[in-house]
Amino acid sequence: MSSDVRFTDFKSDKQPTWCPGCGDFGTMNGMMKALAETGNDPDNTFVVAGIGCSGKIGTFMHSYAIHGVHGRALPVGTGVKLANPDLEVMVAGGDGDGYSIGAGHFIHAVRRNVDMSYVVMDNRIYGLTKGQASPTSREDFETSTTPEGPKQPPVNPLALALSAGATFIAQSFSTDARRHAEIVQKAIEHDGFGFVNVFSPCVTFNDVDTYDYFRDAIVDLADEDHDSSNYDAAKEKILDADKEYQGVIYQDENSVPYSELHGIEGNMSEIPDGAPEDAMDLVREFY
Amino acid sequence: MMQDLNWAIGGEAGDGIDSTGKIFAQALSRAGRHVFTSKDFASRIRGGYTAYKIRSSTDQVESVVDRLDILVALTQRTIDENLDELHEDSVIIYDGERTEMEDVDIPGEMIGLSVPLKRLAEDAGGAIMQNTVALGAACEVAQFPIENLDSALDKKFGAKGEAIVENNKEAARLGQENVQEEYDHDFAYDIETTDNDYVLLNGDEAIGMGAIAAGCRFYSGYPITPATNVMEYLMGRIQHFGGTVVQAEDELSAINMALGAARAGARSMTATSGPGIDLMTETFGLVAQSETPLVIVDVMRSGPSTGMPTKQEQGDLNMTLYGGHGEIPRFVVAPTTVSECFQKTVEAFNFAEKYQTPVFLLADLAMAVTEQTFSPEEFDMDEVEIDRGKIVDENDIDAWTDEQDRFQPHFPTADGISPRALPGTTGGAHMSTGLEHNSLGRRTEDTDTRVEQVDKRNRKVETAQEEEDWSPREFGDSDSDTLVISWGSNEGPMREALDFLEEDDVSVRFLSVPYIFPRPDLTEDIEAADKVIVVECNETGQFANVIEHDTLTRVDRINKYNGIRFKADELADEIKAKLGQEVEA
Repeated sequence: MSSDVRFTDFKSDKQPTWCPGCGDFGTMNGMMKALAETGNDPDNTFVVAGIGCSGKIGTFMHSYAIHGVHGRALPVGTGVKLANPDLEVMVAGGDGDGYSIGAGHFIHAVRRNVDMSYVVMDNRIYGLTKGQASPTSREDFETSTTPEGPKQPPVNPLALALSAGATFIAQSFSTDARRHAEIVQKAIEHDGFGFVNVFSPCVTFNDVDTYDYFRDAIVDLADEDHDSSNYDAAKEKILDADKEYQGVIYQDENSVPYSELHGIEGNMSEIPDGAPEDAMDLVREFY
Repeated sequence: MMQDLNWAIGGEAGDGIDSTGKIFAQALSRAGRHVFTSKDFASRIRGGYTAYKIRSSTDQVESVVDRLDILVALTQRTIDENLDELHEDSVIIYDGERTEMEDVDIPGEMIGLSVPLKRLAEDAGGAIMQNTVALGAACEVAQFPIENLDSALDKKFGAKGEAIVENNKEAARLGQENVQEEYDHDFAYDIETTDNDYVLLNGDEAIGMGAIAAGCRFYSGYPITPATNVMEYLMGRIQHFGGTVVQAEDELSAINMALGAARAGARSMTATSGPGIDLMTETFGLVAQSETPLVIVDVMRSGPSTGMPTKQEQGDLNMTLYGGHGEIPRFVVAPTTVSECFQKTVEAFNFAEKYQTPVFLLADLAMAVTEQTFSPEEFDMDEVEIDRGKIVDENDIDAWTDEQDRFQPHFPTADGISPRALPGTTGGAHMSTGLEHNSLGRRTEDTDTRVEQVDKRNRKVETAQEEEDWSPREFGDSDSDTLVISWGSNEGPMREALDFLEEDDVSVRFLSVPYIFPRPDLTEDIEAADKVIVVECNETGQFANVIEHDTLTRVDRINKYNGIRFKADELADEIKAKLGQEVEA
């Protein structure tokens, strides 16, 4: 790790192919800033993403990265981090990736509390497949597949996380660059699973959850007297359906990451040239 | 004096059938006898017929036969289920005092030993030890030194404390004495013991042991019969070597975690059975396309769908060979014996890292749950070699970067194998993806690059075909006109079938093929034979089809798909029938 890493060192020479004005630009910039701020460099960083607009992030960033299959980014990140705890692992996803096809993995990744960060670019729409309802779309949001709206309540990802035992829950707004980067940084620094839901507007397909909407609606918890270590206070914010909060909503300061509970320490990529020295003990067991 | 002993215990699931069988198998093994076990179990936790059978001999045994010498019957159904394997010298040990056993129907010519299992167990300290009483009785019938049973009881119950061990030994003594006192009879058995030291283990355990020996440090899986034992074996052992086992939320997660760990540089594995393989299929493509080394174990059971989860079948060959959309270079290795499960697991890890591909280890239920004795030398840890392939470090990374100093993880080399930079390597940062990509790992739809990368990945297989030894194992008479080919666990019964056939002057050449892809070219062998028979536990003859495709020659088939593995004598009869010979009814 070098101390002179700038956030632009995490930028690849590939220009992003997101639509001009897409919220994901800001989301990614904040991730890169947060990584640089926390003293990481591209060679010790592993970025995992799934499919969709969010899934492209590994291409536009410079680090070790994998662009996985749809919805499975969290298990991949879990494997990377447990196998080599020296790596800084950041998982990126979208609202479809994380709360629909990957919803099961989300809950279990939260429960597992592996020390990595999970940044979800939530635009409340399926963008790359050109505008269908997503799990966070509003009940009355008309799309090509829901002409009269989904007629079902949106998923509340923060509530899902809280109920699964999350140790870090935060929300940010991609265009509020300073706050967003700061929040992601806190997720990285958290000892455990750092979950950040990012409002990352889709300018092409979502004309409801727009930059203007979020600018007006957002309430920054930094401006309120919110104690993020207070579970009940966090629960109240999370279940408040009328407001869009920004900031660290909940953090368990006693969080013990998975690897510590399971006694995982070393880098598993280092193995002996042959069978381990005491491997014959494994055979003797069967006498 | 008879050296072969076929023993079984049967009852309801939950009666402790499995652990009792294992204890007796251990006792025989500790007495220097070879054993081969088979299990007949239903897919439920309690109730339903369950049996554990042991064939034991002073020679290596590779199969079960249709014969039972001593049967411990905890239920009447146990006798009914095994009637056709009992003979006039068979001894049935049962508890005549238990209400439900009072009217036990022992067929005329057989010896029924009514031993008060439950009452004697209570005398020894608890009804729970009734099976141990039966083991003591069995020792007396077989004239088998009971000290060997003591030794197995020490091993089984040692951790639970001295009192439990001693009570069990007492229970066994009471069973033994009861037979001595109540039955003044010379039984037909007087089995020999030897000074040999054997190890007793099953295929799942051998796979787990091979994985640790080969440096596997990360295992993620989801419980499924009959692959769960691999996870249970690794759990508690792999930690000692710095690894971990993660019980994932489902198979999709399991294989993706394993993929992540593999990309981080760990030797990584997942194991499942058919339905789990279905769920993992999407990720096979990603593993192959991103050129990630990964070992995926499929312990086959009877399908399709949930099929017969606790029964034998070899129905997933096509799935592992062709499963997944698009065309994926992958290796399929199918061990043919329990000890090969160990060796082939080690090999699978080397293939995976050397060729940066998914490697399927295709085992089957019959092998996975079968405990068998071996000389410990078959699990020689000094023989384990580890080949991590083309891993580059920060010193040689420059040789693999482009003009802009970007590392090229998919550089199209002559042998198709590209350099691999493990995360953390300075200068090696790169992207991996399931999308078609260029040498940098970046998405492309450029037609020439597409062809270049597809060819590059397939060239790895060509390289492997040239560099590795894919020979089958050969048995029997190499000059015979009759060629029998099998894969997987059929090797054992087939080898014994050769002995039966030899007795009847039928000569057969037998090839056991442990490699499905890449696989040996059998064209010459097949052309040299008059009759070719492919033996497998499935209905459609999946391996036979592959062979016909490779050699453009029709082959005969023996297929078994009733859920039970082949037996040696049955196979011998089927082969004779294929050769137009009379088979005794």
